[in-house]
Amino acid sequence: MSIQVSPANLEFSKPVSSAAQARAAYLTKLLHLAQSTVAETSELQALRDHAALRVQEQTFPSTRDEEWRFTDLSDLLAVELAAAERSAVTPDAIARFVLPDTARLVFVNGFYAPELSDLGTFPARLTVGNLSSASDQQLQTYLGQQSGAEEVFTALNTAGLSDAGFVFAAKNLVVDRPIHLLFVSTASQPVLIQPRCLVVAEPNSSLTVIEDHISLGESVYFTNSVAEIWLADNAQITHTRIQRDSQSAFHIGKTAVSQARSSRYTCTAVSFGARLSRHNLNIYQTGEQTETALNGLTVLKGEQVGDTHSSIALSKPYGTSRQVHKCIIDDRAHGIFNGKVFVPKAAQLTDAGQLNRTLLLSPKARVDTKPQLEIVADNVKCTHGATVGQLETDELFYLQSRGIDASSARKLLVYAFAYEILSQIPLESLRQSLTSQL
Amino acid sequence: MITETSETILSVKDLTANVDNTPILKGMNLEIKAGEIHAIMGPNGSGKSTFSKVLAGHPDYEVTGGEVTYLGQNLLELDPEERARSGVFLAFQYPLEIPGVSNLDFLRVAYNSKRKHAGLEELDAFDFDDLVEQKLEIVKMDASFLNRSVNEGFSGGEKKRNEILQMAVLEPKLAILDETDSGLDIDALRIVANGVNQLSTPDNAMLIITHYQRLLEYIVPDYVHVMANGRIIRTGGKELALELEERGYDWVLEAEAVAS
Ligand SMILES: Nc1ncnc2c1ncn2[C@@H]1O[C@H](COP(=O)(O)OP(=O)(O)OP(=O)(O)O)[C@@H](O)[C@H]1O
Ligand SMILES: [Mg+2]
Repeated sequence: MSIQVSPANLEFSKPVSSAAQARAAYLTKLLHLAQSTVAETSELQALRDHAALRVQEQTFPSTRDEEWRFTDLSDLLAVELAAAERSAVTPDAIARFVLPDTARLVFVNGFYAPELSDLGTFPARLTVGNLSSASDQQLQTYLGQQSGAEEVFTALNTAGLSDAGFVFAAKNLVVDRPIHLLFVSTASQPVLIQPRCLVVAEPNSSLTVIEDHISLGESVYFTNSVAEIWLADNAQITHTRIQRDSQSAFHIGKTAVSQARSSRYTCTAVSFGARLSRHNLNIYQTGEQTETALNGLTVLKGEQVGDTHSSIALSKPYGTSRQVHKCIIDDRAHGIFNGKVFVPKAAQLTDAGQLNRTLLLSPKARVDTKPQLEIVADNVKCTHGATVGQLETDELFYLQSRGIDASSARKLLVYAFAYEILSQIPLESLRQSLTSQL
Repeated sequence: MITETSETILSVKDLTANVDNTPILKGMNLEIKAGEIHAIMGPNGSGKSTFSKVLAGHPDYEVTGGEVTYLGQNLLELDPEERARSGVFLAFQYPLEIPGVSNLDFLRVAYNSKRKHAGLEELDAFDFDDLVEQKLEIVKMDASFLNRSVNEGFSGGEKKRNEILQMAVLEPKLAILDETDSGLDIDALRIVANGVNQLSTPDNAMLIITHYQRLLEYIVPDYVHVMANGRIIRTGGKELALELEERGYDWVLEAEAVAS
């Protein structure tokens, strides 16, 4: 493709910087890596080709992009990545991540691992498996069809899409047993890993899903994950998303949720891992009277960077959203929170609340937080708040005055801060293992 | 029974302390022996809570002079947790909330840190449950409070009662109660006072900060001190509290002004 530049614009145009060139080359490389893992022929080819075009039309983000202002991906550019490979993982290796009383779907480096999965017995009208368990019609209706699919990293994932976790609850089906989607990363060299899942709840159905990104080592890799979640009328999904990637990894994750009338979606997202992580959480309320609850906890230390960009689009009357996002930041780590809420004219009598609370544990710890409310409708209730604080001397003193040493008192107070979010995790064993990581 | 030979628990000499470089305590003197109950009264802002926090070791309060000897050792060189483990207990005027930490766990951690300090084995959960059950009885608290987060959502009076529950579990040698009576209804006041009396032994001592003579009808002090402007300006017996209740503080303050 050649670029036409009119003489009038010429004097303003600068030569493409070498940094921009490096980003473009890197994106091309990523796209090739993504495509290289794809199985030869497949009915998904058209979807992939379309997504590849979307990738090619875009640029790899830099801190000049408003959406990436505080999240600098240049360290990733320095990582020479290879394509992800299947890897043999023993049940012992993942034993400590296994959650009791759940159905488990395991993917290793993005590849389905049926030998590690344990689906148990399920009602017939529930489908849990990989994409081979989905019908063509289900794939056509839902896979890659969420708004925001053209966003560069989402499109990159789709361009290399050959398999995904798949959960489908048919109409009126209430599933109590949580479904654990365990995405395992294990890499002996830096690789691009692209986990994916598709979760669909048909009218009046109910699901509990735990999306869990873990690592078996402290290696360098780049996880670029996508979760697409669909709630039909009056459906309910309780979604727990845990990001505990390697401390040397890069993690960019998309959660795109579409909510039809009277549906209820809860997301509890807990992020501990990765040297740099970004969670893009996009909620699309498409029907009246939908309810969204977002709980977030990001725990950072060392030089970690942890970014959450959420957006909630209320579009119809009587929608509600409740968001509490907390960050605990130690050492020289850097937290970023950007919370968008859109309330267009049609979304009358809606109620949106957002709260971001940050606990800074060291003088060098940093947070950048930005609520972004775009409200056009006039008869609505929208609140937001952001607080940044440190451990209170008075609180520490109270504990110490009961004989608890300073370091235990600190831990207890950090735990108390996180508790509001951690307590939302529906599984006791998972709650405990995350608490012990604090 | 207080006798001349009773052990001295606390001895404060010419204690001065600053907050944010502002002198608040301006020469406190106080001697407390085993078995004694002392009350400190005084106008708002006179430094009563400051004194209690200095004794418990709050880091925001800078001791600028004087001495505090507790059971023969220099109290001021101990960390707050060491003071607590060696038997100093402060019931806070404004107890803090700790969401997510159950009252029972909190009590057990506190209790065991004290036992460990004393070279004793930690008590396991079962034995501790038994112990707490008895202590609940002292403050007539419902067991359901044990499973709730520490002070979270407790009413003002419940928080105060919870402080006394902690005191009952920790069995301090020197208990400092900072306005534990404020915010209590009449029945709760009686229950708390009764609890404190049960915890009072010939071996320990109490320092009770209050604005109201009412509490002192239940917990009868051996000495009543009046604090003003960072110092104790008058000391008397329990009848002093009655007199203060009737006449206010002005006459004491005036007498002090004349004297100095
Ligand atoms: N952290 C602080 N910063 C500044 N001033 C303080 C601080 N803590 C206490 N003070 C001041 O020290 C003085 C004594 O306060 P303190 O709380 O000890 O009084 P008190 O006798 O307990 O009063 P009350 O009867 O109202 O409880 C007050 O003037 C108070 O404003
Ligand atoms: Mg006070």
